[in-house]
Amino acid sequence: MTRKLLSLALGAAVSVAAVSAASAATLDDVKSKGHVQCGVSQGLPGFSNPDDKGNWTGLDVDVCRALAAAIFGDASKVKYTPLSAKERFTALQSGEVDLLSRNTTWTMTRDTALGLNFAGVNYYDGQGFMVRKSLGVTSALQLGGAAVCTNTGTTTELNVADYFRANKMQYEVVAFEKADEVVGAYDKGRCDVYTTDASGLYAQRLKLSNPDEHVVLPEIISKEPLGPVVRQGDDQWFNLVKWTLFAMVNAEELGVTSKNVDEMKGSNNPGIKRLLGVEGNFGENLGVSNEWAYNIIKSVGNYGETFDANVGPNTPLGISRGVNGLWSKGGIMYAPPIR
Amino acid sequence: MSSATDVSEAKVPMWNDPRVRAIVSQTILVIVLIWAGWSIVDNTIHNLEQRKIASGFGFLGTTAGFGINQTLVDYNEASSYGTAFIVGLLNTLLLAFIGCILATFLGFLMGVMRLSRNWLIAKIATVYVEVMRNIPLLLQILVWYALLLETVPDKRGAFTLIPGLMDINKTGIWMPQPIPEPGFWMTALAFLIGIAAAVYTAKWAKKRQEDTGEQFPVMAATAGWVIGFPAIVFLITGMPLMIEWPVFVETGPMLRRGYQQGEGMVLNPEFVAMLIALVTYTAGFIAEIVRAGIQAVSHGQTEAAGALGLRRGAILRLVVIPQALRVIIPPLTSQYLNLTKNSSLAVAIAYMDLVAVGGIILNQTGQAIEIIGLWMLIYLTISLLTSAFMNWYNAKMALVER
Repeated sequence: MTRKLLSLALGAAVSVAAVSAASAATLDDVKSKGHVQCGVSQGLPGFSNPDDKGNWTGLDVDVCRALAAAIFGDASKVKYTPLSAKERFTALQSGEVDLLSRNTTWTMTRDTALGLNFAGVNYYDGQGFMVRKSLGVTSALQLGGAAVCTNTGTTTELNVADYFRANKMQYEVVAFEKADEVVGAYDKGRCDVYTTDASGLYAQRLKLSNPDEHVVLPEIISKEPLGPVVRQGDDQWFNLVKWTLFAMVNAEELGVTSKNVDEMKGSNNPGIKRLLGVEGNFGENLGVSNEWAYNIIKSVGNYGETFDANVGPNTPLGISRGVNGLWSKGGIMYAPPIR
Repeated sequence: MSSATDVSEAKVPMWNDPRVRAIVSQTILVIVLIWAGWSIVDNTIHNLEQRKIASGFGFLGTTAGFGINQTLVDYNEASSYGTAFIVGLLNTLLLAFIGCILATFLGFLMGVMRLSRNWLIAKIATVYVEVMRNIPLLLQILVWYALLLETVPDKRGAFTLIPGLMDINKTGIWMPQPIPEPGFWMTALAFLIGIAAAVYTAKWAKKRQEDTGEQFPVMAATAGWVIGFPAIVFLITGMPLMIEWPVFVETGPMLRRGYQQGEGMVLNPEFVAMLIALVTYTAGFIAEIVRAGIQAVSHGQTEAAGALGLRRGAILRLVVIPQALRVIIPPLTSQYLNLTKNSSLAVAIAYMDLVAVGGIILNQTGQAIEIIGLWMLIYLTISLLTSAFMNWYNAKMALVER
């Protein structure tokens, strides 16, 4: 008996020691295991949502796919971990996922105190309100006395508190952990108002029993820059994720799309040559092949393409480019040059 | 004899002496366990530092910034995370406390019903027990919550549960709220004195009956002390209690109609659904415990009491229940602990209990280890206190051997 206990204790001690030896080089880990482990939402149409066959699609999912394309030349080498708002940071901190691409707002606390780094912005969002048309409300300033359904542990929850406090309006907050629970409770009439990022409102409205009976109010009450997040302290991985995003934006700016990328390889434009790895060794500096951006664009597309395919005007979400347009076309999407 | 002992002591080398071996192996085990525990803590601290994750409990003092829809103490968005945590703790305690009391009543009722000689009543109790304890609790919580939201009128309407007193709609159960005014403490004090006096009277009456055989109307005296005495004090001090009635608005903008927040008392649908689910679920188990307790009292006891000329009620009250309680109390304690811990499932339907509020704080501050540590500490404390109380009660009820 004693011997059994002893061996058990020794086994436990050895496993404890093994845990501490986890390394910080995420890119090497990813290369050796052969896929990117990507933290996504539990289902937000347009951003990260599984279809009926279990294939994930969306704007956030495309960041994961682009990263896999940059590393392996194959956008399908991604495994997804659906995470609730509450679980997401712990999952990233503990190394359960390599990348968090889950409509997560870039805030100072998250960037500085959680041991995380935001690698850029792939969607500029803002918080809005949705109500039933029958209430006859036309402005968020008329929402005094409302019951508000929202997600726990989000910036949304804090913004709504700030907004109602600043405008001296009474409200009752009903906060659920999962987005589906929030939508369900709002649909059943527990709340008068549903609040989340405006993009989320349009996405979740599709899940309501009568989407036409609901209206999104015009007020946007916050800045919600959404982007992929990585662990702090691994600059190589941080750079790779950051430049994956930049490559997609630069590709759109240079007019390189998934359809014309092969012709573009023969382009005389030096910017396109550098982007596609015809000139220079930018990929090698990132720790991947020089074809990295070519692979991203070939298999996932440029930023504009993924925007249009997932959330754009021709999708059920029907969101126009707005601030998410290129800087040269009236938006604020801007990427540093590849040179 | 002594020479044999000497021989054995001389012959067994130290490493073969079972006592020495036991001490040595256990010492090694303890050292290894301590080392394993220490390396877990050390690794955690090291990793947190390496990943530049802030740690410590300083965050409890900073502004929370989020709203909570059920607060038993003063709380608003400008309060600290620490206050928010206390709000969550009190919500858990409220749910657990009321839940335990109601589950006990319902459980006893069902347990006794199951032993009834009436076929229908016994079968109803059987079906209740088998259904309730065989469906996962989380599912029951979700069902009650969905049922509640699907069946009751929305915010701008109301369904009357008790005319003039209690209405229900999708924002909750609304009722008048008693607000104590200055001077009410005297009534509260009178109530406590009344309880003490009632206990003393009961003891005195029992002793007198044992000494002289004379009976004393204990029930009437208890009612007088516990209800009558505080009532008289309440009247003398000028009824220092204000009743705040809920306000229902039927006109004006749609959003402003319905019951007004901050007027009267409201039980959130989340609280109501949690309470119903926890009580009905736990009562299923308590019913079985009560049935087992009663059946554990041998039938000879009942017959002997009957032979002494006691009536059925008296047999149950004086002979069966006191003996059954000894069997009932220890497993009942487990059910109370279960109910308290199960209340953490509240997070599924947005009841702001300790886990829900802690989860928000965890996510806003990123202090996972600290929050989880606090959770464990608090649930452990609540459970140990409940156990301590029930052990005291058990010792009091245990068979007194003379």
